[in-house]
Amino acid sequence: MAPALEPSHGHAAKAVLELRVRNHPGTMSHITGLFARRAFNLEAIACAPVGDGATSAMLLLVANEPRLEQVVRQLERLYDVLSVRPRSDLTPEFFTRWIHDGGER
Amino acid sequence: MKTYTGATLLRTLLERQGIHTIAGIPGGAILPFYDALHGSRIRHVLARHEQGAGFIAQGMARVTGHAAVCVATSGPGATNLLTAIADARLDSVPLVAITGQVPQPLIGTDAFQEVDTYGLTLPITKHNFLVRSAAELLEVVPLAFQLAESGRPGPVLIDVPKDVLNARIDVAGLPERGHRTSVAWCPDEPIEQLATLLVGCERPVLYLGGGVIGAGAAELARTLAQRLNAPVVATLMALGAMEHDDPLFMGMLGMHGGKGTNLLLQEADLVLAVGARFDDRATGKVAEFCPRAMIAHIDIDRAEIGKIKTTALGLQGDAADILRRLVAQLPDAPARPAWRRRAMDLKVKHPLHCPAPAHHPLHPLNVIRELGRQLPEDAIVTTDVGQHQMWVAQAYPFRQPRTLLTSGGLGTMGFGLPAAIGAALAAPDRRVVCVSGDGSILMNVQELATLAELQLPVAIVLFNNSNLGLVRQQQELFYGGRYEASRFAHAPDFAAVARAFGLRGVRLDREGDPLAQLAAALAERGPCLIDVPIDDQANVYPMVPPGAANLQTITAPELELATAHE
Repeated sequence: MAPALEPSHGHAAKAVLELRVRNHPGTMSHITGLFARRAFNLEAIACAPVGDGATSAMLLLVANEPRLEQVVRQLERLYDVLSVRPRSDLTPEFFTRWIHDGGER
Repeated sequence: MKTYTGATLLRTLLERQGIHTIAGIPGGAILPFYDALHGSRIRHVLARHEQGAGFIAQGMARVTGHAAVCVATSGPGATNLLTAIADARLDSVPLVAITGQVPQPLIGTDAFQEVDTYGLTLPITKHNFLVRSAAELLEVVPLAFQLAESGRPGPVLIDVPKDVLNARIDVAGLPERGHRTSVAWCPDEPIEQLATLLVGCERPVLYLGGGVIGAGAAELARTLAQRLNAPVVATLMALGAMEHDDPLFMGMLGMHGGKGTNLLLQEADLVLAVGARFDDRATGKVAEFCPRAMIAHIDIDRAEIGKIKTTALGLQGDAADILRRLVAQLPDAPARPAWRRRAMDLKVKHPLHCPAPAHHPLHPLNVIRELGRQLPEDAIVTTDVGQHQMWVAQAYPFRQPRTLLTSGGLGTMGFGLPAAIGAALAAPDRRVVCVSGDGSILMNVQELATLAELQLPVAIVLFNNSNLGLVRQQQELFYGGRYEASRFAHAPDFAAVARAFGLRGVRLDREGDPLAQLAAALAERGPCLIDVPIDDQANVYPMVPPGAANLQTITAPELELATAHE
């Protein structure tokens, strides 16, 4: 069994997960659908193709709660998800940097 | 180089996969595939509703352990399959569902019989595919079988647009057939830790789930129980893993499990769950499940370990492999005479309450015990969902794995008849009995036509109380006896219904010797329906109220009366 997920330091409320996934239509539905039907919390997504585009790297901002381990295990069950690892070096600000102030009018 | 169409390629890949029987219903989008089936060695069983086709395939898969195939067209054909697919997902049944889809240029245009089958099946399959070219079939079809059968089994859907079925493709070589891949190997260390725990504890219980049967580990679980002198409890899905009268077997746990069984779990200091998922019908209120026990859990699915209950030791892997290695390194375990005596006492003290057959021959438990006497040990029993299902679980003398086919997780009424047809197709030399209720049977009654056509040796034993019995029971116990929508004001003559479909139909006569009539009806050859009039007030006891702890058992009022007079 893989080692238990390390809680990310400094940002106890949020955790960032990096997924490597197969890049084809439907992968995103599998992942977001999993979060919806298992009532897991998903706050932000960033995704981009890697190399020749056969796979994509995906970053998920999720709640750092006791169920995080279960979230990871459920993600690992998906065929299109090749790997899941925590990115404790990333903070939630990674996902919000591009948002302009005053965007809401 | 050989030229195929998408349809002939799909057929060829199924043939190479060793598929000899599939169940389905044709329609516009899937018609090219049906045309390709013409002259194939694959036998197609024409169901009368796609849900029937899905459960026929499930019946085949549950008996053999291998992926079975169902087929439907786009739109309503696909939506009608959904229940059978979701059912397979919850009970970990390997299934490959193939659906036609409208041609790709029409996808997204609200075309005739278009529905987003891929989207609809996302949450209920292990994986699903929308095939975008005939060439993709070469990869997708073997992969679908591999995924359905590998690790924790489950349903896989392949949605194929009509233009893909009609496309022409030159193929240089066909791919290898999809195989079950090996499971992550469990290291030695946790197995050694588990052995130490099992030898060191005082009051161990083995808690077996359907995964034990899925892994072919029933025999090993028995050996382990004997070596440990540990009593065994089973979920609904694990019935048949232990012989019902094994001295170590405590029967089913949970909502309709034995009171003694649930009490024993309260006292255990170590519970080893094998291929079980701590389903709410088994655990009752989780916080109060096995309150004194350390939990160890063997499961093929890592996500199940610790999902519901905190686990002291989790072992991921194949249950048969882990149990074999565990047994091999177990020293002679302590005899545990006190614990075995305690288990036996609880079993004897809390029997299933069943009135004497001479006075109440048609009490459901007496009918089921009579069935057990009449049927051979390897007979396959399918059930629908409701009171009759629980009575079967409580009283039928199961002795072999895969002899009970029942919808455990989804609880699908309408499962029993088509699953029995599938079982009879997969095991042609065995006796198959579908125990159903008058509520459930109507949910897939059209499959009587399929059964009559195939003339399979399936007997349907229909427990008829003119009620949705388990609903009525809950209304009696928990809703102040306000019977809303649970009573059927008009009941069909089910024996006549069977005859109208072309089957033998019998109704047992309360006035004569109904159990002898039952035996006589079962002794005749060919498919039949036996309508068994039962008391409409009969309830399933014991019962733990939904959401309550397993200790809060409601037992049969007659039994309570008897104990009160002691």
